[in-house]
Amino acid sequence: MYELTNVTKKYDQGKRSVTALNKVTLSIPDGQMVAIQGPTGGGKSTLLQMLGALDRPSTGTVQLGASDLSKLGQGPLGEIRARQIGFVFQGFNLIPTLTAQENVETALAPLGVSAADRTARAAAALASVGLGERGSHLPAELSGGQQQRVAIARALVKEPAVLLADEPTGNLDEQTRDEIMELLEGLWRDRGLTLIVVTHDSAVAKRAQRRLLIKQGVVKEVA
Amino acid sequence: MFVTYLRRELAGRRKQTAIVAIGMALAIALVIIVNAVSSGVQLAQSTVLASVYGVGTDITVSQTPVAPTEGEGGGGPQNFDFGAEDGATADGSTTVNQATLSVERGTTAFDSTALDTVGGIDNVSAAAATLSLSNTTFNGTLPDRSAMTQGEAPTAGEAPTGADGAGGSSFSVDSFTVLGLDPADDAVGPLSAVSLTDGRSLESTDAGANVAVLDASYATTAELIVGDTISLAGTDFTIVGLVTASSADAATASNVYIPLDVAQTLSGLEGQVTDIYVQAASSTDIEQVQADVETALPDSTVKTQADLASSVSGSLSSASDLVKNLGLWLSLIVLAAAFLIAILFTISGVTRRTREFGTLKAIGWSNGRIVRQVAGESLVQGLIGGVVGIAVGLFGILAINLVAPTLTAGAASADVPAGMNGAGGRPGGGFGQAVVEAATSDIVLQVPVTLSVILIAVGLAVLGGLLAGAIGGWRASRLSPSEALRSIA
Ligand SMILES: Nc1ncnc2c1ncn2[C@@H]1O[C@H](COP(=O)(O)OP(=O)(O)OP(=O)(O)O)[C@@H](O)[C@H]1O
Ligand SMILES: [Mg+2]
Repeated sequence: MYELTNVTKKYDQGKRSVTALNKVTLSIPDGQMVAIQGPTGGGKSTLLQMLGALDRPSTGTVQLGASDLSKLGQGPLGEIRARQIGFVFQGFNLIPTLTAQENVETALAPLGVSAADRTARAAAALASVGLGERGSHLPAELSGGQQQRVAIARALVKEPAVLLADEPTGNLDEQTRDEIMELLEGLWRDRGLTLIVVTHDSAVAKRAQRRLLIKQGVVKEVA
Repeated sequence: MFVTYLRRELAGRRKQTAIVAIGMALAIALVIIVNAVSSGVQLAQSTVLASVYGVGTDITVSQTPVAPTEGEGGGGPQNFDFGAEDGATADGSTTVNQATLSVERGTTAFDSTALDTVGGIDNVSAAAATLSLSNTTFNGTLPDRSAMTQGEAPTAGEAPTGADGAGGSSFSVDSFTVLGLDPADDAVGPLSAVSLTDGRSLESTDAGANVAVLDASYATTAELIVGDTISLAGTDFTIVGLVTASSADAATASNVYIPLDVAQTLSGLEGQVTDIYVQAASSTDIEQVQADVETALPDSTVKTQADLASSVSGSLSSASDLVKNLGLWLSLIVLAAAFLIAILFTISGVTRRTREFGTLKAIGWSNGRIVRQVAGESLVQGLIGGVVGIAVGLFGILAINLVAPTLTAGAASADVPAGMNGAGGRPGGGFGQAVVEAATSDIVLQVPVTLSVILIAVGLAVLGGLLAGAIGGWRASRLSPSEALRSIA
């Protein structure tokens, strides 16, 4: 359960100050699938950073469960990211020198999971995204769609409460886009995740239960 | 995960790993070689010094030599007196056979009571006096004495055995060094650094006896063995032993060693010595002992091992200078360059991997874990460089030892107590050649490999790796996790 109250995020660029989020008040119940749309520079990624405990708002509070993310230091925020939040990125963001299996295992490294457990859980996560046979491949040896599947496995292997995706299909062709969205939807339904997807693709946004439009830092519900 | 990631990074980014490791390897190999050659040169220097001055000699005392006055020519101790009793006249020519035992040019004898003075100084643990002499034998036939003037003798000396000189003379000069030393005193002084190859050394019961110990290489040249006799100033001495420098490369201090009292009597220098060898109670006392000796014996020249080391000349000394100056600076510069390369490559690596580290932070990696990863990579790169560097360095040392460059070393100075003047008893060590020359030795440079050099190398590799890793890790720790969301374009 997310509870955002009067969240403002300002970036100082020399003398100019950019308001990326402007007094956003928003509530997202557990298990909801939300699509965030909006023009470029509108503040989509910034909002995702607030939700993902990557950064703190300039003012306002971001409540996730019992924690107020706006009040926590880097250490506790890292803990929350490690345990509760999964990320999927537009550029996949896999470690190029690690195999698919090892990339998935990186998500378990901060959790103190034993090596054997880690291997088994990562293999299971890869299987659940349909890449059970590709564990030993390097990212460069995989297609874009396959890389994004590995990234989804990495996000879900820790069994988070929230999955945040920033343009997860932005780098993919239409057919692969639909495959990935089907996969995400399936996982969301099966696992009872809170799934928040940033996209400017209406085809993707239409799949969500709820759509938000963010323009110049201001959030509006789309009917 | 740490090890897997580390291994994958180093293997996956071979070029970066290779460049950092090669830079480090070069620097470390250079440090090892320079360090080892430096200690090899030092070893050679102390070998030369030990063979000339004896082991354990901290300070030598000699008399400041009086410069020969102009026009004296071959005068002074080198003077030959052609007495009528020295020659036999036949057919109007004169056969001259003259042997003198005298103090070498450039050396001054002084009263041996100085030994007691030195022995009484605080923190002197041992002192021994020696008399450094030169035995010169003049053998020849002069034609009718009226055919030449005495003043031409030095000129003739340049063509020693020739009968074609201006005066039609024919004679040879044979000269070798003789060192008188107290046979009871073997703790300090020139004979303390030699090893016996045959016979026996001088013993306390030899005082007053006409016995001699010879430098083995001189004995070989002069074709003498133990049991033979050698003539010093017309007196026959029994050869009782042969000695060689403990290191086979260096010459010993003198050609011939005889009891001090006999040397004093034969040279007419009763109660006189030329050098005092002093051992200080500990190395920290050397300065005080030197100062006290200088005060007690104001006319003397007091030299410490450090002074003596600077008297080592020849290519050994050039090598020493080269290693100390160029070698040191070169290895420092290369080391600094290698460290800089490691640091810059690590920083650029971190910059290139901004998204990667941002992503890891976004999925919950702590700063500590990322710093450890970056530092670990640099450390291993440094260690690879260290291992390669040690291998290259050891190979370089092996190559030097295989080539075994020969360095010449001379302890050249008129103040040097005992030289191998006229070494080998070459006939014709001319009149004008009386200036004291050094104990010249050919030293084969042997470069030692010490554990400390290896440890220094490993330490430098670790230091370089950690330095680069710390700086790179610090950069990585400052990256924001939101870097993961930065658009690719
Ligand atoms: N780290 C930053 N420093 C300064 N300004 C920033 C920073 N991040 C974002 N901004 C600014 O904040 C505003 C919102 O950016 P944001 O990335 O949230 O937009 P977006 O909706 O995700 O756009 P896009 O569709 O292009 O990804 C923009 O004007 C951007 O320039
Ligand atoms: Mg964005």
